[in-house]
Amino acid sequence: MGMTVTEKILARHAGLEQVEPGQLINAKVDIVLGNDITAPVAIKEFEKLGVNRVFDRDRVVLVPDHFTPNKDIKSAEQAKLLRDFAKRHELTNYFEVGRMGIEHCLLPEQGLALPGFVMVGADSHTCTYGAVGAFATGVGSTDMAAAMATGEAWFKVPESIKFVINGKLQPWVSGKDLILYLIGKIGVDGALYCSMEFAGEAIANLSMDSRLTMANMAIEAGAKNGIFPVDEITHQYLKGRAKWDYQPEYSDSDAIYKEVFEIDAADIDPQVAFPHLPENARAVGNAGEVHIDQVVIGSCTNGRMEDLRAAASVLKGRTVHPGVRAIVIPGTQEIYKQAMQEGLFDIFIDAGAVVSTPTCGPCLGGHMGILAQGERCISTTNRNFVGRMGDPRSEVYLSNPAVAAASAVAGRIISPEELGVKEAAVNA
Amino acid sequence: MLKGKVWRFGEDVDTDAIIPARYLNTSDPAELAKHCMEDADPSFAGVVQAGDIIVAGKNFGCGSSREHAPIAIKEAGVSCVIAKSFARIFFRNSINIGLPILECEAAAQALEQGDEVEVDLDTGVIRNLTRGGEYKAAPFPEFMQELIAAGGLIAYTRRKVSSNA
Ligand code: SF4
Repeated sequence: MGMTVTEKILARHAGLEQVEPGQLINAKVDIVLGNDITAPVAIKEFEKLGVNRVFDRDRVVLVPDHFTPNKDIKSAEQAKLLRDFAKRHELTNYFEVGRMGIEHCLLPEQGLALPGFVMVGADSHTCTYGAVGAFATGVGSTDMAAAMATGEAWFKVPESIKFVINGKLQPWVSGKDLILYLIGKIGVDGALYCSMEFAGEAIANLSMDSRLTMANMAIEAGAKNGIFPVDEITHQYLKGRAKWDYQPEYSDSDAIYKEVFEIDAADIDPQVAFPHLPENARAVGNAGEVHIDQVVIGSCTNGRMEDLRAAASVLKGRTVHPGVRAIVIPGTQEIYKQAMQEGLFDIFIDAGAVVSTPTCGPCLGGHMGILAQGERCISTTNRNFVGRMGDPRSEVYLSNPAVAAASAVAGRIISPEELGVKEAAVNA
Repeated sequence: MLKGKVWRFGEDVDTDAIIPARYLNTSDPAELAKHCMEDADPSFAGVVQAGDIIVAGKNFGCGSSREHAPIAIKEAGVSCVIAKSFARIFFRNSINIGLPILECEAAAQALEQGDEVEVDLDTGVIRNLTRGGEYKAAPFPEFMQELIAAGGLIAYTRRKVSSNA
């Protein structure tokens, strides 16, 4: 019987010939990840296990990215727990402020996310690494603790749902719009416990940055993981980065899917997800008159070069609306430097936007742009839950970076097209 | 046997509503419990009684992987959560830390705010003592029962690593 790519990766890591959906397995993991919110709890649990070493000091990755550079004393203490643990266990992949980035931008960039890998992270957006053909999924802190000790984790093999996106993308449509459109179609629990597998012509032509954006938001449909076929774009991206050899897996032609969706890319406009769920997606043209107070361009969803270039191409020679605060947050130090060298910071700063050091910051209502009661923000992040970016009575709208940038100029939610900007090639 | 009063919540209750990120600069369970469910019902943490039961619709606990969410619920004194369905990371976190959760569509629909409810975790039977009615939750697969019986993933793993040593 044929297997999907997810089933094959899990079978190999469980030492089995064959697995099927619903089966509970114990699998070896290639990477275990934690951040400054989840790792402190994991470290406490790890110490209860009575082991004195992590399973592999090269494969436990710690990234203090959420409340860093430390926003207050309590978060400084949390970050210190990570730092001390990394030192004690001589971890080779601990990323200090100044060398770090938002974890899900950082790991692929550092070549730590590879095809055929099983990766667990105590962060729900660990599913991002499916973009390079890894099976990657978010777990909790206790899972992380057990995995750090044993190099293994338990999984229920998920059913797979296939999304075939045919045709060519419309102007200003990126990975963000595809995934918002899909979540709008199937709902925030539309892929609950399942694997989302992407395929089709539009996917084959999609840039790595856009693939990372799409896989990132698989969890917003309730999915266990999102996964892309490994192709030339993947190999090109990994060239010179991959830290280890890798062995990609591919879905069999007779693999079994719970459901297959066929979608024509021509039907997909740039999207905006209205408060307070990512499934409230609609075409930007149907947004109506939504005035905004803040714009955030960044996060593990859209803090990469393609995203910053798209935002800059809209902001170039324009200015941020006087009633709007625009905050740009490059995802990693490397992205920060590259954007600076390309002159994007000049564009942002001349437009009246602020450029921040890499951090999760406002994405989860941490710092660097918290909303007051009644304020509205359009953001390139992945969640618009009640209170996500600040006061429970504030609102977050989700979009791609070009729409966010155009909205920053207009002071209300609009498309770059409405602003009269033509799309240039910005793919990374 | 668990017994407590029902607190009803809606569908897609996310982890930001269960424990907002503004409180995640600590992992102290008592601190987290003080803000449990704050953005869904700001009065909840102040009035919930030990043993009370959360009842919700589909996809409870969606969003982030923060284990702080089931920790806050457990530490607030909630004895179990009954929902139509659970988001998967919340599901595994609850099993891993020993917060009882039951997937039961009929009970999730029928139970009302303030109902007195009795839950038998061994059989999955949920009884409404206020208005009558009995429901049965789906049983856990054997492996998860083992995990729960061991006292959660840490106790389970400790046993495994010490027998390997
Ligand atoms: S950027 Fe936002 S979604 Fe991504 S890891 Fe940070 S807090 Fe989570």
